[in-house]
Formats: sequence, structure tokens, C-alpha cells
Amino acid sequence: MEAFSAVQGRTVALPINDIDTDQIIPARYLKVTDKDGLGSACFSDWRYNADGSPKPEFPLNQTAYQGAQVLIAGHNFGCGSSREHAPWALMGAGFKAVISTYFADIFKNNALKNGLLPVVVDADTQQQLISLAQEDPTSEVSIDLASQTLTLPDGRAITFPIDPFSKYCLLNGVDQLGFLLGLENEIQSYEVDHRDRINTLAVS
Amino acid sequence: MAQTLFEKVWNSHLVKPQTAETPAVLYIDLHLVHEVTSPQAFTLLRERGLKVRRPDKTLATMDHSTPTTPRNLDGIIPVTDQQAAFQLDFLTKNCQEFGIPLYALGTENQGIVHVIGPEQGLTQPGMTIVCGDSHTSTHGAFGALAFGIGTSEVGHVLATQTLLQSKPKTMAIRVDGTLQPGVTAKDIILAIIAKIGVGGGTGYVLEYMGSAIRALSMEGRMTICNMSIEGGARAGMIAPDDTTYDYIAGRTYAPKGADWDRAVAQWRTLPTDPEATFDAEVVLDGDALIPMITYGTNPGMGMKITDRVPDPDHLGDVSQKIALDKALRYMDLQPGQSLLGKAVNVVFVGSCTNSRITDLREAARMIEGQRVAEGVRMMVVPGSQRVKAQAEAEGLDQIFRAAGAEWREAGCSMCIAMNGDQLQPGEYAVSTSNRNFEGRQGKGGRTFLASPLTAVATAINGVITDPRELLERV
Repeated sequence: MEAFSAVQGRTVALPINDIDTDQIIPARYLKVTDKDGLGSACFSDWRYNADGSPKPEFPLNQTAYQGAQVLIAGHNFGCGSSREHAPWALMGAGFKAVISTYFADIFKNNALKNGLLPVVVDADTQQQLISLAQEDPTSEVSIDLASQTLTLPDGRAITFPIDPFSKYCLLNGVDQLGFLLGLENEIQSYEVDHRDRINTLAVS
Repeated sequence: MAQTLFEKVWNSHLVKPQTAETPAVLYIDLHLVHEVTSPQAFTLLRERGLKVRRPDKTLATMDHSTPTTPRNLDGIIPVTDQQAAFQLDFLTKNCQEFGIPLYALGTENQGIVHVIGPEQGLTQPGMTIVCGDSHTSTHGAFGALAFGIGTSEVGHVLATQTLLQSKPKTMAIRVDGTLQPGVTAKDIILAIIAKIGVGGGTGYVLEYMGSAIRALSMEGRMTICNMSIEGGARAGMIAPDDTTYDYIAGRTYAPKGADWDRAVAQWRTLPTDPEATFDAEVVLDGDALIPMITYGTNPGMGMKITDRVPDPDHLGDVSQKIALDKALRYMDLQPGQSLLGKAVNVVFVGSCTNSRITDLREAARMIEGQRVAEGVRMMVVPGSQRVKAQAEAEGLDQIFRAAGAEWREAGCSMCIAMNGDQLQPGEYAVSTSNRNFEGRQGKGGRTFLASPLTAVATAINGVITDPRELLERV
């Protein structure tokens, strides 16, 4: 995984609550065996007409928002399925961070493992960011992971939470599997200590 | 110290406890794998030269992208979608290379991943179970800690049999009382989600308790735990009891002889201690429940089937008002409208929520001797090949066919609509599945979630129907 330290960029707002993973990437795009090429299908059903032409009213299709790296979303972003295709699609569409008041559990876990930063803010900040994105698409925010700071165009700096382990892994470009592989001794002794536990697949 | 069911399972699976710097490392007893969320994890293993650490604790099946159309003359279920065929072949290849047992498409044990685990006796109390699928919470019905994971985590478990997890909080959901005729486990869980909302359980593991939960069959308990994720919860659990042990006994992978006695003695220690406390508690009156139905585009937008569609203008919160307004426009429904009498195009009985043998028996009892209404397509999709065989041995397939319903091969089918089973734009369906998100059952399709009884009553009348009106037929 590539290291993540900071992002400075323009924003685009989807101020809708409970955006589920079926909207982020509909299930019919999940018949793939790799992670690439999902960006064009991100928000597919909101983004395209039946004939495949882009819907002009959808923000991601508008010229002013091309190249936006930060998505401002409504409450409880990413609810629904466990598909990691959701962060893959968002990253494929060019996003490096998502800002919301609340993230669904599995989505947040998946995002952090891929270097897509979920940034939790209070409702007032969220509203301010939505207005900014809608009124001035050229306005930029900056997000610094080391100091856990989101800086708004007016200079206001806001601290956001992140668990220390995910932060460490993101800053250093370390993937979490490496950490688990390093615990081989602990895993082996756990298995020895619990060798009497029934392994249901081995019984028949 | 007094512990909850969750805490007992959590604590007994800690390879490494949580510290200020790192999450807990949890040992996984059973890893279920399917074709859609595993390919990139196997690729990762291959790229890094890693093996599957415990193929003996890993089982794969094919369910999500598999067709449910009839077998050909050779007894094969043909896969005509090239992309799906490639994905299924990739799973076969991965299982061969890494030594993982696979229930391949059409073979006798194949089926929806959350149906096969319990029916094989693989799902047992006190275990940790994961799968790259959010409805893994289903297995919590047995007092297991079971939850969905992403593909990166599938790779973690394949390679190390462990998972990094921050410790969730606990929420007790108490449902006391006796369900009225026509009210099912599905109605309980739809009522719970309508109460707590789609994000209300985020960060929690739920434990369902109370006399109405105790009275449920294992299939009913699975329906409840299945939809825990629809309230945002990491997992849902129900303490094991004699109903649990009776269900497991004699199944293929159940312990036998002295091992059985030892297992049951250990399982009896799992229920939450009387003095244990929860971080949150929700109470629902089981006596007052009536059949439920959703009207919107997430499972939290549900109501009593006799209620009227809520009015966005009556909501105080602006963002909720926007969300409801958007949902009603998608569903083409009006505030204040009753859903009773609303015409539907499709009725779907199936999915990991409601495709087990008891679901099919209930559905068949109601439809026996009746006809699916003119212009309505009714699909019945058994959860597994074993469920299908059992239903056919009982003649349920004949009852469905005689009524004009389609009887299909096992799989996820129209719940996730990635195998060709899908709604057309604008169509309405009453579905026994778990998600009514926009486009979930096909682009532009509109879903009402309900119980199998409500689904069948609706199929018979061709319009949304309170199943209590047809109860004399059950």
C-alpha cells in the first residue's frame, strides 16, 4: 500500500444520508477478479441514464467538479454490504478522502485498508463543507493525517479522530497483513493452547 | 466478573488483546469463502508467496453470481455470463491450488454461504466465524460471534487465521411476549430496524433476548441475526439453548458421542451471566407486533403493514426529510398512502434471510391450492441444494409449481441481482430478502421487504396483502 500523508484538493458534495454500497458500486459490477477499472462504475445508477449517457445534473458529471479528490457525504456513509469494491471504486474515481458525520463500520475498515481516508466531522462543519462545495467548486480543503487536521478554505482547522494503528499503517505505507504475519509465534501458541477446541470442519 | 455472551466468545478468541497502539487480534474458527469477495485476496496471497494457513478451517461455496436457471440434460447448471463463469472458474482454481474444500455450483451441498454453514452443522455456539459478506451475522443465531469482512481481511484470515478488530460495544435487544398468528421472525427484525434505524447499531454487537426470541425456531433466529447488519451492527447473537442443540444434533459436522456431551456442556456456559451489563438496551413488545413492510429505500424505512407511508414534511430533521423525500420519489409513493392494495409485478421468496426449509414450508402451506395472481411473477429460490432436495422430497416444489410460481436452483438470486435474476426498471417487488436499496434487485427496480407470509399473500392477491387475511389457509 502507498503511504498516505496529506491531501490538498477540491471537493464535491453528495449531501444524502445513508448512501449505501449498492449506490457506490452496484452489484452487477462485482463480477470482476481484480481491483482496477471500477472508477467509471462508481455511483453508476445515479450517474448515468439507461442509455449510458451521463446525467448532467449529477455533480460528479459536472465540469467544475472534475478532479475533485475529497467527497463530502451525508450521515452514515457506506452502509450495507461488505464489498471492498466500494473503496476501490471511489479511489478509481479519483477520491483520496471522504468527509461525513458518520461512517458505516465495514466500509470504514475497508477504506482504511486501502488508503482512502474517512474523516469524521460534526454536523455544522459538514454543512459548511457542503455549502462551500456547491457555491465555489474551486475551493480547496487540506487534510493532514499526521496532525489529524482538516483545514477549511477560511483557515479554520479541525481535528478528526482515527485509530492509532490505522494511522500508523497509512503514514508508513505498511499493510496490516504484515503486522499479523509478524505474530506467527503468538498464533502458534494460541493454537497449541486451544488444541482441544473442536474444529467443526475436521469432524464428520 | 459477569460477562455477556459476546464477551465470553471475544475473550476466548484473543490471540493478542487490544492495546493503546493496536487493535485486538482475534482467532477465527471458521472462514467461509465465496466467489465474489475472494478473488483479489487469493491474488494477494499468490503475489506475496503465502499459503492458506488453515485450509481445514476454510470452506468455499458458489452463490452470488450463480444462475438459478434449470439444469441441462447433463445435469449441469449452465453459466452463460462469461464474466461470472470466469469468476467461478477462478474460485475453483484458487480452492484447488490452496487446498480449500469447495461446494461447487450444482453439487449436492452447494448453496448460499449462510445457509450451508448451519445446515452442515459447521456453525456451532461459541465460535468465531467470518466471511466476505455482511450477512455473516446470520450465524450469530447459534451463539457464535460472526461478522462480515472486506476482501483485505479475507486475505488476512486466509494467511493467518486471525483478524485485527477493535472491541465493539454491546446492545441488548429484548423482545418479550407472544407473536400473534401471521407475525414472524422477519416482522420482529424489520420492527427492530425501523426503531433503531440503519445506523443505530453501528459499533455494537447486538444480543437478542426475551421470551419472543426464545420461542423462535433456529431458522427464525437466523432470520433475525441475518439482518443485524441492516441496523449497522457488527454482529447479532442469540444465546444457545436446547432449540440450538436439537438443531445441530446429528448434522454432518456436529460432534458425535462423547464429543457431543462435552460440547453441549461447554455451550451451556456461554449465555450471558445474570449480572452482566450492556452498553445500550432496546425493548420491543412482541405481543403488539403485526406484519411489517418497508416503504422506502433502506431497511430502516419500515412500518406496520396497516400504517400509511410517512410524510417528509412531518420530519423535524432536514437531512432525514430529504432522505425520505428522495426515497418516496424513487419508490413513486405518496405520503399518507396505504401500501395495502398496491399492485406488484414480482414476488421473490429466497435469500439468506428467508430461504430455509421452514420458510418454504410456511410459504407452501399458504399458497397450496391457490394461484399466483395474473400478471405477477413469483420466484421461489431455495437457499441450498439440500434445502431444495428436502423441499422436493416433501412435495413443496409441486405446490409452488401448481400455483404458477417458478421453482429454481439454489443461490442468492434476486436478492443481489448479479446473476441475471432481476427486476426491470420501475417494477415493484415484495421480497423476503434483506435490502431495499435503490437498484438492489435490478436497476430501477422497487423493493418492499416483508415476511414469506406477506410475500405469498401478496402473490395470491396480486396486490400487497396483510397475510392475516389469508390465515385460514395456513
